[in-house]
Amino acid sequence: MAEQLAGQKFKVSRRGFLKGCTLAATALGLSESMVPRLVEAAASPQRPPVVWLHFQECTGCTEALLRASHPDIGRLILDIISLDYHETVMAAAGHQAEKSLQDTIDRYNGKFICVVEGAIPTRDGGIYCKIGGRTAMDILAEVGPRAAAVISIGTCSSFGGIQAARPNPTGAVGVSELLSGPPIINIPGCPPNPISFLGTVLHYFTFKRLPRTDQMGRPLFAYGRKIHDHCERRAHFDEGRFVEQFGDDAHRRGYCLYKVGCRGPGTFSNCPAARFNDVDVWPVSVGHGCIGCTEPDFWDTMGPFYERLPGVSIPGSGGGIISDAETAGKTILGVTAAAIGIHAAFGIGKKLVGRKKDEE
Amino acid sequence: MAQRIVVDPITRIEGHLRIDVEADNGRITRAWSSGQMWRGIEVILQGRDPRDAWLFTQRICGVCTTVHALASVRAVENALGLEIPMNAHYIRNLVQALHALHDHIVHFYILSALDWVDVVSALKADIGKTVRLADSLAEWPGNSFNRFREVQAKVQAIVDSGQLGPFANGYWGHPAMILPPEANLMAVSHYLEALDYQRKADQALAIISGKNPHIQNLSVGGVTAAINPDNEATLNTERLYWVKQLAEEVRGFIHNVYLPDVIAIGALYKDWLQYGAGVTNYLAVPDMILDTRGTKFDLPGGIIMNGDVRGARAFTSTDDPFFRDNVAECIARSWYSGDWTRHPYEEETVPDYTDFQDNGKYSWIKAPRFQGEPMQVGPLAQVMVGYGLGHKLTTRYVDDALSRVSTLAGARVDASVLHSTPGRHLARAIRAAMLSDLAIKHWQLLMDNIDRGDLAIYNKPTFPAGEQQGFGFHEAPRGTLSHWIVIRDGKIRNYQCVVPSTWNAGPRDSADKDGPYEASLVDNPIADPERPLEVLRTVHSFDPCIACAVHMLNPGGEEVSRVKVV
Repeated sequence: MAEQLAGQKFKVSRRGFLKGCTLAATALGLSESMVPRLVEAAASPQRPPVVWLHFQECTGCTEALLRASHPDIGRLILDIISLDYHETVMAAAGHQAEKSLQDTIDRYNGKFICVVEGAIPTRDGGIYCKIGGRTAMDILAEVGPRAAAVISIGTCSSFGGIQAARPNPTGAVGVSELLSGPPIINIPGCPPNPISFLGTVLHYFTFKRLPRTDQMGRPLFAYGRKIHDHCERRAHFDEGRFVEQFGDDAHRRGYCLYKVGCRGPGTFSNCPAARFNDVDVWPVSVGHGCIGCTEPDFWDTMGPFYERLPGVSIPGSGGGIISDAETAGKTILGVTAAAIGIHAAFGIGKKLVGRKKDEE
Repeated sequence: MAQRIVVDPITRIEGHLRIDVEADNGRITRAWSSGQMWRGIEVILQGRDPRDAWLFTQRICGVCTTVHALASVRAVENALGLEIPMNAHYIRNLVQALHALHDHIVHFYILSALDWVDVVSALKADIGKTVRLADSLAEWPGNSFNRFREVQAKVQAIVDSGQLGPFANGYWGHPAMILPPEANLMAVSHYLEALDYQRKADQALAIISGKNPHIQNLSVGGVTAAINPDNEATLNTERLYWVKQLAEEVRGFIHNVYLPDVIAIGALYKDWLQYGAGVTNYLAVPDMILDTRGTKFDLPGGIIMNGDVRGARAFTSTDDPFFRDNVAECIARSWYSGDWTRHPYEEETVPDYTDFQDNGKYSWIKAPRFQGEPMQVGPLAQVMVGYGLGHKLTTRYVDDALSRVSTLAGARVDASVLHSTPGRHLARAIRAAMLSDLAIKHWQLLMDNIDRGDLAIYNKPTFPAGEQQGFGFHEAPRGTLSHWIVIRDGKIRNYQCVVPSTWNAGPRDSADKDGPYEASLVDNPIADPERPLEVLRTVHSFDPCIACAVHMLNPGGEEVSRVKVV
């Protein structure tokens, strides 16, 4: 009997795993026929080696993975990938930890995945973040170019994040501004939904290439549409039903949060579709607007967070409600895209490898 | 002969920490704790809207997510003299409790258990004996023959694959690892189950806070989670009962797995009860607020000096001047310009990196002091203060845990053994058990309030012209946290965070007094200098969080000194 129960338990978790792969396939916009390939890739006997570098960060992105369910963290690190270096979870410390890193990049040169969490400080030769006596810049310069691909998890490694907010005291930047060579994909968010990271990983292991991205290096399956497009409160926006103050009657009726600061009309992310923590919630569910955390420089461009986002036509101001909102979204995107274009152009040629230490 | 051992990086913590020790004849004689990262979040806050500060400060740390958010809104509310509705307090209290349950489970199993548990040894365990061992400690459905066999097979598969992943280069087979294979197998099984239960605590937290890490349901003036039992898009009865169900499941894990495991490890490693006391001045702040004025609490706070537990003195309100006026920070040994000790409202900080100097500056972390003394903070401090003040819930759990340790160890132990490395783990498990009870209690208080027709969640803040000062404290999973704000004409003029890991991981001060990590390492044994497992045990017992500990800079920070790195 006990044996049977145990067998069932295994089947349930196996089913959960298949469900996870199906969900991931859906998230990636794949047909159901792709599920077996995802399963095969995710359960391959030779687990792909992953090196996870932490720089100027808060570990929130790693913590987000602890909350993931499909696959969950245990399955991810024991069955799917081989997490060979990760300061937060690894058993080794000190020079044994550094040995794990060196072993992996030597043994799997050009074959491992490098995940970066956190920004890289460049001011004063990079002294504001040191690990094992070396600066984050030096470590990225050694490890990054030898990776098959680099995944920047979170807004910090994607775009610099909070430490890069005005006046950016440590000269913090994202990975793509320093590194060239291996393909780099950005999974911004503060922290990002773990599904956006895991979907990217499964896609890469299945198809041996990174998913399609927008001009900011973000995968389209997770960052292809504005928050505003899939928000369940969009109808209230279109009909002009707004919360004026937290706790008012409109707030208790679940109306639109635009007037109390929501950044949904200017933010590209899957939050309303993917939701968080497997309990069907996202910030708007608890009456708080989006703060735009998947966008570059959002700490400076999206605040103050409790004032109305400028440049969005309020319904009823003429020209047709739906088209107004669309235009507004495009206008905001246009501005951000232009800013990013400059950002990226600046990054080209500014290679980290071979940079002089005192250069800023 | 004296030997220098440098552990850099210390892993299985948040952030970048380096620990140096000198050892002589197998004993640590001197230690240095050095934070290795600095971001300057407080200078970034200058000139911004005080209502936004909590969103920024929460990003100080994603492990201690929620805690800097709570302290920040409280600091602004304190500066404005703004009271918030009871529902907002209850929801914030649930945030505190549910996050702490996640955090304590993760700390013990994922971040520190591997210091005591030899994963590879679990392969030698007899499954039947493992079941009997587990059954003797607690009743738990996961402690089954098939479960343990499945876990052992999983460990075997990983070892056979040659890809040990995060378990590579661990201190397996280290002479200080003394648990029998069966205890190791049980612990590995619980490690894997802990991954599920920490997630349940997060799910309960997410229902009331939108997501986590980094919740998004707070506001200066209350919370934004609208309550309406007659609406599908707000916190309604169905949502709130989901929170309760998850909290009860997590409570079961804590009472039947986590607490018994820590008691067993404390008893089996009883020789370690003599190591790691270090600084026995303790500081904790009261929390789980029960009235709008902030004078009644479900968790007590106060100070203990020189290990005099019965002489504990309480903090009595969220505005207590005894707390407010006695906190200061010293930078004599930190990489900032100067050697002063100042109150948080008065601090100015200019980074001044010198590389590691044994007798000079050696850390990005400052040295906080209370009445000029280093203080140990964290669950141990809170449990000690509660015990000293005769707090009923604390006393019941402490006495029960000590009696179970005594039975298993075969020798009577009293509360004095808590001043130790395993004592910090035991206090954390006791605190988790208390908070699992209080989560259910505060859920009920919220429901009772809703039943009375009170749906208020928010009082709008207004910012007068001129200058206001305020502080907010919070008893975070890693201990006493306080935020200090100066507002001028509705904008942030100065912002300082005095953080648990700053209290614990801070360096020496101008009087050359060791910080708590440093003091706790002295006299620890070192069996194998090449594999300094003992250092990890003691440092991990504090639950270090270095992103939290190092975050500061003031306006002068733009004139950073230029340093050449060789």
